[in-house]
Amino acid sequence: MKILICLSNVPDTTTKAKFVNDNTAFDTTGVQWIINPWDELALTRAIELKSDAANSIDNITVITVGGKDAEPTMRKALAIGADDAVRVDAEPKDAYYVAAQIAEYLKSNPFDLIFSGIESADYNGSAVGGMIAEFLNIPSISAVSKMNIENGQVNITREIDGGTEDVTSELPVVSIVQKGIAKEPMIAAMRGIMMARKKPLNVVAPVEIEALTEIVNFELPQAKPACKMIEPENVKELVSLLQNEAKVI
Amino acid sequence: MSVLVFTENWDGKFKKMSFELVSYASKIAEMLNTQTVVLSIGDVQEDELKKLGNYAADKIVSVNNDKLKNLDNQVYTSVIAEVATKEEATVVIIAQNNMGKALAPRLSVKLKAGLGAGVSKLPASVEPFTIFKKVYSGKAYSNVVIKSDVKILTLAQNSFEFEENVKSPAIENFEATIGDVKTTVSNVQKQTGKILLNDAEIVVSGGRGMKSGEQWAPIEELAELLGAATACSRPVSDEGWRPHEEHTGQTGKIIAPNLYIAAGISGAIQHLAGISSSKCIVAINTDKDAPIFEAADYGIIGDAAKILPDFIEAVKEIK
Ligand SMILES: Cc1cc2nc3c(=O)[nH]c(=O)nc-3n(C[C@H](O)[C@H](O)[C@H](O)COP(=O)(O)OP(=O)(O)OC[C@H]3O[C@@H](n4cnc5c(N)ncnc54)[C@H](O)[C@@H]3O)c2cc1C
Ligand SMILES: Cc1cc2nc3c(=O)[nH]c(=O)nc-3n(C[C@H](O)[C@H](O)[C@H](O)COP(=O)(O)OP(=O)(O)OC[C@H]3O[C@@H](n4cnc5c(N)ncnc54)[C@H](O)[C@@H]3O)c2cc1C
Repeated sequence: MKILICLSNVPDTTTKAKFVNDNTAFDTTGVQWIINPWDELALTRAIELKSDAANSIDNITVITVGGKDAEPTMRKALAIGADDAVRVDAEPKDAYYVAAQIAEYLKSNPFDLIFSGIESADYNGSAVGGMIAEFLNIPSISAVSKMNIENGQVNITREIDGGTEDVTSELPVVSIVQKGIAKEPMIAAMRGIMMARKKPLNVVAPVEIEALTEIVNFELPQAKPACKMIEPENVKELVSLLQNEAKVI
Repeated sequence: MSVLVFTENWDGKFKKMSFELVSYASKIAEMLNTQTVVLSIGDVQEDELKKLGNYAADKIVSVNNDKLKNLDNQVYTSVIAEVATKEEATVVIIAQNNMGKALAPRLSVKLKAGLGAGVSKLPASVEPFTIFKKVYSGKAYSNVVIKSDVKILTLAQNSFEFEENVKSPAIENFEATIGDVKTTVSNVQKQTGKILLNDAEIVVSGGRGMKSGEQWAPIEELAELLGAATACSRPVSDEGWRPHEEHTGQTGKIIAPNLYIAAGISGAIQHLAGISSSKCIVAINTDKDAPIFEAADYGIIGDAAKILPDFIEAVKEIK
């Protein structure tokens, strides 16, 4: 069985958002790039599954649609334990564009299990995983918090509004993961970092696809008025403000 | 032409989110000078369907079939696409919740329709079709043009003030084409008797400053009094002090209640990513320099274990 993990290269979650060129581009100065947290957990779960021989997983591949600057992040995934990596050499334009590239790759390189994260920390689209599945006309399961493999099928627990459901799906399937899929992201060991340099990172050319959306510009949130401080002895005043000023209780 | 809005139901009933969706869709229909069509999938009685007319639905299409009992993303997507095509929808509106996030991207590919995910306002213009959405987990916003003929928007929960505008829509029972179901659902577990975090208008939340899981009684009591849901920061759920479904933030739930009360929460940027769209934030923290005070509207510097009981008493006095 082969596993593909869609890996989004994103700014560290503590990064302050700043923009350049008349607020049309994200300012990457001094930014630390990381594996999108969900994709890191997906990779962790894939490695856990692979370590159980009963699952007979031969290979874990990570794929990123992005420029050469995404490669250090992809190497991190190799160091953690992915077997090889594929970079589709294109600046991602929108989720549809990214998903179309990955789907195109999958058409000539079939995988049994495809992981994506529920949301990328940059554009917050929650879109790529489901889009890949529709391009390939295969099932997708979203908000996955647990996943196991059994008899050529996957057993998944997904979150629904106000609860959970257990779902079984045929393969291939796109599993769109969230909290719970793995406990803690796995960390690269020294040996892994050494090995990562030798693992294959293949660069493939993009196909021509037109994006359906276009970012015009960015805006920073409006500065909030200063917090109104209330004396600790005076909680009654707070409650009265919430009732009469903010009108929220 | 039409604006199509899909709403799920919860055991045959709609909830506030459904009305937000319909009301939002009807405003876009107004901008486009067209009608609002609502699609309901599943077993919903006529009385319940009619309620959607209170928020300016012009027409309701109800699709019900045993094969649609459980959510299969592929099958649901093709039903929505079929109805969208039949109704010549140029805009499709879906909720930005678990079901919406599962369906909207698939529908985007099926209809070759650009997706605007997690909008909270009406489009700034329809020509070009320009939406406003959160990016970088709430640290910024972007204006995005959707270039395709058909557009899909997912609406963030509790972000749009819905308005009553009573119409009496026709209800059409439609037999959709239903494809192969490749997934099977078993063991459905529902939280009962609790206000769901995503639905709650008020949320009372605790962080590591609450000291231990045994100290949660005042949070629960205050929540009960206010008709609120309870939430927590990530370390609190990691420690097992509170259940995982209460974890809010970048890697947990993203919520937008009217009031968020944060007790003993430092306000780390990843926590704020989940709560910064709250309309009003109250912070209780011993550290005057805690970053939560930068995000908060009202703050008290002090020990949560002392402040919360006073808070409870003060709320009791006004209730
Ligand atoms: C310099 C630069 C400029 C960009 N400009 C834009 C822009 O203008 N508009 C725009 O929409 N996007 C832009 N992106 C792309 C953006 O980073 C995303 O890859 C893409 O838009 C999908 O975002 P999303 O929020 O919809 O992802 P989501 O659908 O939220 O991501 C969910 C999951 O999909 C997978 N995934 C997402 N992106 C990728 C990827 N690139 N490769 C592999 N897997 C992925 C991951 O598993 C992720 O967890 C830019 C990226 C870079 C590096
Ligand atoms: C990739 C990534 C994703 C993350 N995602 C999330 C997420 O989704 N959600 C999330 O919450 N965190 C997330 N985190 C963790 C985040 O960085 C913080 O560590 C976390 O939010 C801190 O939780 P806290 O505020 O409860 O605890 P602390 O930071 O320990 O803060 C406790 C606060 O309580 C105050 N305090 C102490 N005693 C009292 C008292 N008696 N009364 C009142 N106040 C008191 C202290 O002054 C302090 O401000 C993430 C981190 C990373 C790296």
